[in-house]
Amino acid sequence: MMDKQVKIIDTTLRDGSHALHHTQSPQDVIHICTGLEQAGVYAAEVGHGAGLNGSLLQYGFGKYSDKELLTAARSVLKNTKLFDLFCPGIATVKDMRHAKEYYGLDGIRVAVHCSEADLGETHIYSGKEMGLEVICFLMMCHLIDIDELVENALKAKSYGADTIYFADSAGAFTPRDIRDRVTALKDATGLPVGVHTHNNLGLGVGNVVAAVEAGADFVDGALNGLGAGSGNGCTQAIVAVLEKMQVKTGCDFYTLCETADKYVVPIIQRPLEVTSESCTLGKVGIYSSFYLNTLESARKYNIPYHEIFEELGRRGAIGGQEDMILDICQEILEAKNQ
Amino acid sequence: MHQKLKVAIIGPGNIGTDLMFKVMRSEWLEMSAMLGVVESEGLKRARNLGFITSTDGIHYLEEHTEIADVVFDATMASLHKDLHAPLLAKLNKFAVDLTPAAVGVSVSPVVNPEEGLKGNNVNMITCVGQASTAALHAITNVVPVSYAEVIAQTASKSDGPATRKNIDEFTYTTQNALCRLGGAKEARVFSVINPCKPECNMRNTIMAIPEGGYDIKDVEKSVREMVARVQEYIPGYALTLPPMVNNGVITTIITVTGAGDFLPTYAGNLDMETASGVRMAELYAQKILGGANA
Repeated sequence: MMDKQVKIIDTTLRDGSHALHHTQSPQDVIHICTGLEQAGVYAAEVGHGAGLNGSLLQYGFGKYSDKELLTAARSVLKNTKLFDLFCPGIATVKDMRHAKEYYGLDGIRVAVHCSEADLGETHIYSGKEMGLEVICFLMMCHLIDIDELVENALKAKSYGADTIYFADSAGAFTPRDIRDRVTALKDATGLPVGVHTHNNLGLGVGNVVAAVEAGADFVDGALNGLGAGSGNGCTQAIVAVLEKMQVKTGCDFYTLCETADKYVVPIIQRPLEVTSESCTLGKVGIYSSFYLNTLESARKYNIPYHEIFEELGRRGAIGGQEDMILDICQEILEAKNQ
Repeated sequence: MHQKLKVAIIGPGNIGTDLMFKVMRSEWLEMSAMLGVVESEGLKRARNLGFITSTDGIHYLEEHTEIADVVFDATMASLHKDLHAPLLAKLNKFAVDLTPAAVGVSVSPVVNPEEGLKGNNVNMITCVGQASTAALHAITNVVPVSYAEVIAQTASKSDGPATRKNIDEFTYTTQNALCRLGGAKEARVFSVINPCKPECNMRNTIMAIPEGGYDIKDVEKSVREMVARVQEYIPGYALTLPPMVNNGVITTIITVTGAGDFLPTYAGNLDMETASGVRMAELYAQKILGGANA
C-alpha cells in the first residue's frame, strides 16, 4: 500500500443537505469550504441534496438557491475543486452550463440509477464538451449484479466519463461486495474508480477501507459523516485510517477536525448514529434520503417505520421516489381501519 | 353507420404499432397505411393485417394522397419539424404529432381540444404531460395554483432510446404544458425511470401549492370528474390517491395501466400518448363527418 494515493470528495455540503432539511447557509458553505481547502481535500460537493436544480417539494425546497451556495463555495475554493451532483430528469444541460459559466463549477457527478447509465449520455457528453471534470455516479448499486454494473460503467465510459463512481446509496453493501465491484470496474473500464458509502449498517468507513484495499482511486466522506440515512463515511476517520494504512490523501487530519468541530457540529439537527431504524434501511436496501421522511411520516401517522420501509422495498422504490411514502402510509392506515 | 376517416401512420415502431391497434378499434377512424423508411417487423405486421405499407415514408403519401385524411407521426421531433409537418400541411392532412416537436398546438383531449381542432397539426405533448395536465387542470379549476410539481415513474422497459436521449426536451415540454394547459403559474417535473421487476405501472404524483381558500372536497369532485372523462379513452387511468392536503400541499396520485394492445400493460405511459392521439383524431373526424352523418 506504500505510496498509494486516494482522492477524497467531501459531501458534507451536498449529501449532508438531506440531514439538514436543506437549510445549510452560504455562511456555512464559506466556513466549511475554507476548512476543506486548508485541509487539502480534492473536491467539495456543494448544493441541494438532490444536486443541481434539486430544490423540489419531493425532497423539500432548499432554503438557499444553487447560486447562493455555489458562489459562496467558489469564493473560497482554490485548489479544492467545486463539484455538484447532477440528476438527469431533474436538471438539464442548460442548468449545467449555467452552473459552470456563472457559479464556477469545476466538476459534475452525473448521477443515474445503476442500470440506467444511458439516461446520462447527453449530460456526460455535454459536461465533457464544456470542459468539466465528469464523474458518472451510479446509484443504488446493491440492486444489480456485478456484470450489469460493469455493463453500465462501460456505457458511461463510452459517453466520455473521466471516472466511474458506484454508490452504496442504501448502505446495504458488505466489505466483500465493495471489493469485488472495485476490482471488476477497474479491470473492465481501465478508468479511475470511486465509492460513495452510507453508514446505515455501521460500515461507512469500513467499506471505504475495503474499497481502497481493492484499489479505489476516489472515496467520498463527510465531516462527522453528515449525510442522508445515518450519514456517510466520516471524512476525519477516513483520513486517519488511510494514514495508518500509509495511503496518501493529501489531507490534514487536524484541520478537518477543527472545521468539523467549529462549523459542522453546531448545525447537526439529529445525531448521526447507527440505530435500529438505520439498520432496517440498510438491511431492506432503501435509498438513504428516504430515512428522515419515513421516520417523520411513521411518527405522524403512528405506523411502525419498518412497515413503510418493507413496503418501499416490495415496490422496488429507487432514488427520488419519496412520494411513495405518502400513499403507502394511507394504504396502511386504510387496511388498519377495515 | 357513419363514414370513417382514413388513417396513415408514419413510424412503424412500438408507438406506431400500438396506434394501429387502437385505430383498428375506432368507430371514427379506418386504418389504411403504415409508412416506414426501411423494411421492419412493424411494416410486416401491418402488411399481414392487410394494410398498405411502404418504405418510401411520407413520399408514398405524396404520390397517393387518397390513402389518408389523418396522419399520425410516430417518428422523431426533427423529422416532424423539418419534413413531415410542412408536407402534411401542403397535402392538407390533419397531423397528429406524437414527437416532442411542438410544431402544432399542444393539446389534451380533455383540456383544450377545440384549440387543437382550429388548426391542422396537434402536438400530443409527452406521456407525463397527458397524464398530469388533465388532473392538474381539474385542481386549478377549483383553486389557483402557484406551483405544481409532478413526480413521474415509468418502467425502464417502456422508455426507449429516444426518450432517454431527449430527457431534457421531455422535461421542458412537460413543464410548459403543466403551466399552459394545467394552469399552474410555475411547474416542475421530475422523471424517474424504474427498472424493478415485475415492471411498475406509470405513476404520476401531482403536488400543487394552492393560493387562497378552497374546500378539498371540491377539488376531489373536480379530479374525479376529470378522471372519469379520461377513462373514456384510457380505461386504465386510475385515481390511486384521491386529492388530500399534505403539509399544505394538494397531493393526488394517478396510475396508468395500458390496454396491452401491443406493449405490455405496464407501459401505460405509451397509452397516454397513443390513446390521447387517437382521441384527438376522433374528435377531428366527428367535426368533419358529424354534419354529413347527422
